[in-house]
Amino acid sequence: MRVIHDIHGGIHPPERKTLSRPGVLHQVVIPPLLVLPLRQHLGAPAQPIVAVGDTVLGGEKLAEPQGVMSVPIHAPTSGVVRAIELRPIAHASGLEDLCVVLETDGKDRWVTGSGNEDWRKSDPAALLDVIREAGIAGLGGAGFPTAVKLNPGSSRTIETLLINGTECEPYITADDTLMQCYTEALIEGAQILAHIVDAPHILIGIEDNKPAAISRVTDAASKADPSIEVASFPTRYPSGGEKQIIEILTGRQVPSGGIPADIGMVCVNPGTAVAVREAIIKGKPLTHRIVTLTGEALAQPANVLACLGTPIHFLLENAGLTAGPRQRIIHGGPMMGFAVSDLDAPITKITNCLLAPTAEELPLPETAKPCIRCGHCAEACPASLLPQQLYWYARAKDQEQLMEHRLFDCIECGACAYVCPSQIPLVQYYRAAKGQLRDSEQERRRSDNSRDRFEARQTRLEAEIAAREAKRAARKAAAQNKASEDGSDPIQAAIERAKARKADQEQPS
Amino acid sequence: MRDVLLATLPGVAVMTWYFGPGTLINLALGAAVALASEYLATTLRGQDPRAALDDLSVLVTSTLLCIALPPYAPWWLIVIGVLTAVLLGKQVFGGLGYNPFNPAMVGYVVLLISFPVQMSSWAPPRGLETVPTFGEALQHVFSPGAIDAMTAATPLDLLRQNTGQLFDDLMTTRPEFSSWGGLGWFEVNLAFLLGGLWLLYRKVFTWHAPIAMLVLLATCALMGYDGGSSESGGSPLFHLFSGATMFAAFFIITDPVSSAVSNKGRLVFGALIGVIVYLIRVLGNYPDAVAFAVLILNFCAPFIDHYTQPAVYGTRRRDL
Repeated sequence: MRVIHDIHGGIHPPERKTLSRPGVLHQVVIPPLLVLPLRQHLGAPAQPIVAVGDTVLGGEKLAEPQGVMSVPIHAPTSGVVRAIELRPIAHASGLEDLCVVLETDGKDRWVTGSGNEDWRKSDPAALLDVIREAGIAGLGGAGFPTAVKLNPGSSRTIETLLINGTECEPYITADDTLMQCYTEALIEGAQILAHIVDAPHILIGIEDNKPAAISRVTDAASKADPSIEVASFPTRYPSGGEKQIIEILTGRQVPSGGIPADIGMVCVNPGTAVAVREAIIKGKPLTHRIVTLTGEALAQPANVLACLGTPIHFLLENAGLTAGPRQRIIHGGPMMGFAVSDLDAPITKITNCLLAPTAEELPLPETAKPCIRCGHCAEACPASLLPQQLYWYARAKDQEQLMEHRLFDCIECGACAYVCPSQIPLVQYYRAAKGQLRDSEQERRRSDNSRDRFEARQTRLEAEIAAREAKRAARKAAAQNKASEDGSDPIQAAIERAKARKADQEQPS
Repeated sequence: MRDVLLATLPGVAVMTWYFGPGTLINLALGAAVALASEYLATTLRGQDPRAALDDLSVLVTSTLLCIALPPYAPWWLIVIGVLTAVLLGKQVFGGLGYNPFNPAMVGYVVLLISFPVQMSSWAPPRGLETVPTFGEALQHVFSPGAIDAMTAATPLDLLRQNTGQLFDDLMTTRPEFSSWGGLGWFEVNLAFLLGGLWLLYRKVFTWHAPIAMLVLLATCALMGYDGGSSESGGSPLFHLFSGATMFAAFFIITDPVSSAVSNKGRLVFGALIGVIVYLIRVLGNYPDAVAFAVLILNFCAPFIDHYTQPAVYGTRRRDL
C-alpha cells in the first residue's frame, strides 16, 4: 500500500454527489444547432478552415491550431456551417468569442478515421502528432493542450504517469462516471500516455468517496497490467488540484513556478486519457465529453455524453430545468465554477458540470463584512499562503508585497472564501490582482523595450557622428599633408578656384 | 464575537462573587457608551451604523476594557476609557479590521497614564472585607467620595513591595493570599481559563499565542523564583493565576486584528508578551503589565509578520 501524505489546509464542503447518480451515463440527443468556439483550450484560438455553407461530416476538422499552444476543432456530427461569428460563450467575463455555428442534419454521418491498434511499436512523437491533430486539451477544467503537456522536454525524466481521478469538487461526477463506464479504455489510455512520456510507472489516484470507480478501476488495472497502481485517499477539497494530489501520493511538492515534470511526474485527467485512447486506437477526434447536469432545480439530474458545442439551455431543458426567478446556472462546480450569463452559450472541452441550484440549496453570498484577520483562511489554504494578507495587499494594490506573499502560488481553489466568516469573496480579489500584476509586468517590459531601443538609437547616432568626424579629420589631415608636400596653401588654392569659377559664370557665352 | 462575549461570563461571574457588583456596573455603563459612540462614529463616517453594531465587535471591546477596569471606578473613568477605546483605538483607523492596536488596551493605557490613582484602586476581595451591596456600589460609582473608598493592595502589588519576607511567608501570613495564589484572583483566573478553553474548542482562535504567552511567563517566573527568597519574583503558579494573566492570554492577545497573522508569528507574539508581562510585573511600577506588553507587541506585529511567513507550497528546500 502506498503511503498517503497529508496536505496543508483543505475543507469538507457538503459533497452532494449522489444527486447526479454517478455511474449511469445517458446519451443526449443531437441539438439542431451546435456552437463551436474556436478557443476551447488554454492558448491561441484555432483558425477556421471551413466557409459558411460548407457541408461537413462528423469528425471533420473545422479549424486549424495556431502555434504550439493551440489545438484544432472538429465537427461533432454532420451538418452545414451556417455562420462563423461572435457568439456568447461560457466564460466568467460574459464576453463573446468567435464560433463556428453548425446546423446539424440529424444523419450523424462520419468521416472514417484510421486507428492504430499497434501503438506500442509507434514512435511517441508520431503519437503526439495524432493527439494534437485530434484536438485534445485537458478535460479536467483548465484545457491545457495535451500534446504540450506530454512533451516536457528531453531534460526531464518522467518516472510516473499519474491519472488524477480525484474529482474533489462537490456535485461533479463526470470523472466518476467515466471511470465506471470507460474503465478499460481508461487503463489503455493510461498505458498509451505512459508509453509516450516513457514513464515506467502508472499510478491512478481516486478519492475514497468513489468506491464503485475504485473497485472497477482496480479490477481492470490488475487484468491489464498488475504493475499499474490504484491508490485511494481521504476525501477533502481540494485534493484534486494537480499539486495537491502529487503531494498526497508522493509526499513531494512541485517546485513553485515549476511543473510536475520537474519532479518526474505527468498528471492527466481520466477523461483526457480516454480521449487519447479514442484518438490513437480509433482515429477519433475529441468531439464529445461527459457533462454532469445537477442541482435541485433539475428534475432529472444526470451525467450525459454530449456533443461539444451543445447550447447550455438545450442540455438543461433535457434534464428538466424548472427555472426559478433569477435562476443561477453555474459552469463547473460550486467552488471554482462561475455563473453563466447567457444560456445560449455552448459547452466546451472544459465543461465538466452545469449546476442549477435552487436558492435554498446554494444561497447567494451575503454582503462581505470587514476582514478581522482571524486566520481561518490561512488554516484552510492548501498552498500555505496567508490569504488575509493577500487580501489586504490586493486591496492596497501593493504589488511588491503581493509578490512577497507569493500571490502566484495561489491555485484559486476558493477554500479561503469558503471558510471566511466575513463572507469576503477572496478569490475574486486574487484574480484581479494577478491580472493587474501581469499587466504592469507587460507594461514594464514594454517600457524597457522602448528604452532599450531609444538607447540603441542614441548609440548608433553618436557612432555615426563620430564616424563622420573621423572622416573629416582624416580628409583634413590628408589635405594638410598634401599641402606641406606641394608647398602650396590649400585655402589659398580654394579661393583661387572659387574666383575662377565665378569669372567663368560672369563671362557671357 | 458572540462566542467571545459568552466566554467572558464565567470570569465575570467569579469576579462579581469576589469583588461585588462593581464589574457589572462597569460592563453596563461601558456597553451603553460603546454602542452610542460606535453609532455616532459610523454615522459621521457615512456608514451603515446597523452593520457596525450587528457585528458586536464594539461590545467585545467595551466588555474587555470594563473587565480590566477596577470595580467601583468613578463613572467618568469608564466613559473616558470606552470613548478612547472606540473612537481613538478603532474608529479613527477606519473601524473594525483596520486598528493596529488592541482598542481595549488603548483605552486602558490612556486611563492608566492619565488617572493612575483611580486605576490602581482595586477593591478588596470577599473574605478580606464584606462585598458592597448594589446600592452602595452605585453610590461609589456615581458620587465618588460620598462614602469611604474601598481599596486594598492586590497580591501583585504586595509582591512588588515585599522587601523582607520569604515568598512562602508572604503567601501564608498575608490575608490577601490563599493557599494557591491571590485570594479571589486565583479563582478569577481559573474562570477565564475555562472560558478561554471553550473558545479554543470552538476554534475561535488557535492555541499558539495563548500557550506561548503562558509558557514564557511561567519560564520567566521559574528563572526569577530565586528559591522563594525575599528577592523572589514569585512562583510560576502565582504568575499564571494572578492579575490579568488568563484574561490576557485568552481574551486580549487573541485579538486577530492587531496580532501577528501566521501561527508561527503568533507564537513569537505571545511569547514576547509573556516575557514583557513578567519584566514589567517584577521590575516595573504598574499594577499589571498586560496592556503595555500588548501595545508594544502590536507595534511589532508587522515586523514579526515579515520574518514569520510560512513556507508556501513548492518552496520547501528538500523538494528543489
